[in-house]
Amino acid sequence: MSAAHVTGPALLAFVEHESGVVDETGLELVSAGRAIAEDLGAVLHAIVIGPGAETALERLGAYGAAHAHVVAHPDLAAYAPAAYAESIIQLMGTHEAVGVLASGTEKGNEVLAHVAARTDLPMAANCTEVAAADGAPWALTRLRWGGSLLEDAELDASTKLATLAPHAFQAAEVNGAGIGGVTSAASRGAGIGGVRASAASRGAGIETVAATEFQPELDGASTAVHVVDHEPSGGGVSLASAPVVISGGRGVGSAEGFAVLEELAGLLEGAVGCSRVATNNGWRSHSDQVGQTGTKIAPQLYVACGISGATQHWVGCKDSKNILAINTDQEAPLVTRGNYAVIGSLQEVLPAIVDEVRRRKGA
Amino acid sequence: MGYDVLVCIKRVPAPGARINLTDDEQEIDTRHLGFTMSPHDECAVEEAVRIVAEHGGSSTVLCLGPPEADEQVRQAISMGIDHGVLLAIDEIDWDPQATASAISDTIASLASEGTTYDLVLFGNESPDAGNYQVGVRVAHRLALPIIAGIKGIDFTDDGVGEGERQRAGGRGSIRVRRQVTDGFELYELPLPAAVAVKEGLNLPRYPAIKGRMRARKAQVRGFEPQAEPGGLRKVRLRQPREQKTETVVLGHGPEAATAVVDLFEELGLM
Ligand SMILES: Cc1cc2nc3c(=O)[nH]c(=O)nc-3n(C[C@H](O)[C@H](O)[C@H](O)COP(=O)(O)OP(=O)(O)OC[C@H]3O[C@@H](n4cnc5c(N)ncnc54)[C@H](O)[C@@H]3O)c2cc1C
Repeated sequence: MSAAHVTGPALLAFVEHESGVVDETGLELVSAGRAIAEDLGAVLHAIVIGPGAETALERLGAYGAAHAHVVAHPDLAAYAPAAYAESIIQLMGTHEAVGVLASGTEKGNEVLAHVAARTDLPMAANCTEVAAADGAPWALTRLRWGGSLLEDAELDASTKLATLAPHAFQAAEVNGAGIGGVTSAASRGAGIGGVRASAASRGAGIETVAATEFQPELDGASTAVHVVDHEPSGGGVSLASAPVVISGGRGVGSAEGFAVLEELAGLLEGAVGCSRVATNNGWRSHSDQVGQTGTKIAPQLYVACGISGATQHWVGCKDSKNILAINTDQEAPLVTRGNYAVIGSLQEVLPAIVDEVRRRKGA
Repeated sequence: MGYDVLVCIKRVPAPGARINLTDDEQEIDTRHLGFTMSPHDECAVEEAVRIVAEHGGSSTVLCLGPPEADEQVRQAISMGIDHGVLLAIDEIDWDPQATASAISDTIASLASEGTTYDLVLFGNESPDAGNYQVGVRVAHRLALPIIAGIKGIDFTDDGVGEGERQRAGGRGSIRVRRQVTDGFELYELPLPAAVAVKEGLNLPRYPAIKGRMRARKAQVRGFEPQAEPGGLRKVRLRQPREQKTETVVLGHGPEAATAVVDLFEELGLM
């Protein structure tokens, strides 16, 4: 394949995709990867694995990948972390990789951990800043305590492995906004559509992004663990995407106490969340838990009822656009850190709010 | 009969709303904090206790940490774990490479004494360091299959006795569930295997008085691991920049309802 222009040291980025769709986190990775590669005098290579990978290529060039490797193997039809890692390691070997980046997602962290384990290289998870210089340790910053603290660290290895915390870096198209896009060229060589900038829609000076098919050699040990089945979820308003989340903590007092939160959430077409105390007491299922070991959310409005605002809860809700705390204690951290507060008992305040919403809705 | 399960846990502080740092910016100031085992680890402990209660076998908890982590080992025993192992170190923790090599060396040396495990459980990540790799590194060193992020474990050969499993040439397998955006992914792992679990796997029990008594008297086996530092070095910890918000108090008690619903309208939620 025409990889002649892609010479010199390589920085590899394992880009996740869902049936060919690369999400914002993946684009952030490519954008950040390009900047880091520039600092290193290296070339950014994207690695895409699994069915639909060819489609995933389309946006990678626009966001800064110079080259893409489409990893193809019958045993990679379903997600298999060790086999993904093995493929990346083989590409590291053939391309003088100075580093490998992945997103700080569940899969990104898992795959890179397998790369780290198999190569016995150090790995820095969930980085928010990376200062890389050729031939020197990388100076980086990473999340601790789910983001309540930051750690400045030094990563020293022949090949550096790091995952990037979601939303810590910005995704930006290389040639500024408004570029129409990179189109898949007609089938080339080994049957993979090379992705190249279409002259009509791209400005001058953008590199053509060539894609190479890569077939790794995999053994039974790396392919043993893979997805064997998939159970779809039930539906309903999901906690992660609801525009408003009505959340309850110890102050709710019981499982039954959540009825009024359910009622308000229903009226506003939102979701019900909770603190770990509610989960641990068996009042709510863990899938409702907001926080470091629960779900991280960013709704338009977060209503925290009877929740104090411990750091592990705060990291889960701090990205909400607006926070309203309802609490008997006006010194509670969620009250002092939130945008809005009502001081009082949720058992009195919530029914009054429900009544008022009903009145205005004329119901 | 049954399964021998090992659970690896970490001691972590339980901070409040703000985490204070020591003057040298190397650690969090724990002078006024309590400690606990990591929540994901606590679910791993609960799962081990349930597996042994259902299928027979034995459970062991292993912790690498300061000598005070004896408290977390005993917490696990009070929840129903049979045996405790503490890898005491002079620091709060080690980097992930050093941690993983100490844990896998210990498991290997126990194996050389004849103690082996069908299943090794880890918490998915520790809340303080969040390195996401200790379990995977240990599993790789021990040549065990591993999957992370698990919220459900089932033994697929339920009801099959040990004899039958051995005649079949193996120790059976597990089916595990992992939550993804649109549902659950299922995986199957042949035993012996390792799994990194997440909160939500189960609801950990509160230790009963009897368990606490037993934990106090239990023998915890000690190992002194050798440090093999890896290539990730902490320089310092710091606080992230926080945006100052002025909290608008919408009112006190039920009278605040009007102002709250005004806010809902303003935000376009009605
Ligand atoms: C490693 C680790 C991970 C954790 N992960 C999470 C996580 O993911 N999510 C999470 O939430 N927690 C998590 N926690 C637990 C966290 O530290 C807190 O213990 C928890 O968030 C507290 O829940 P809470 O606010 O409901 O209870 P509390 O802290 O007890 O606060 C209850 C609040 O309710 C108020 N209140 C009481 N009665 C009323 C009433 N009638 N009306 C109005 N207000 C009332 C009180 O003033 C108080 O502010 C974690 C802890 C650890 C150690």
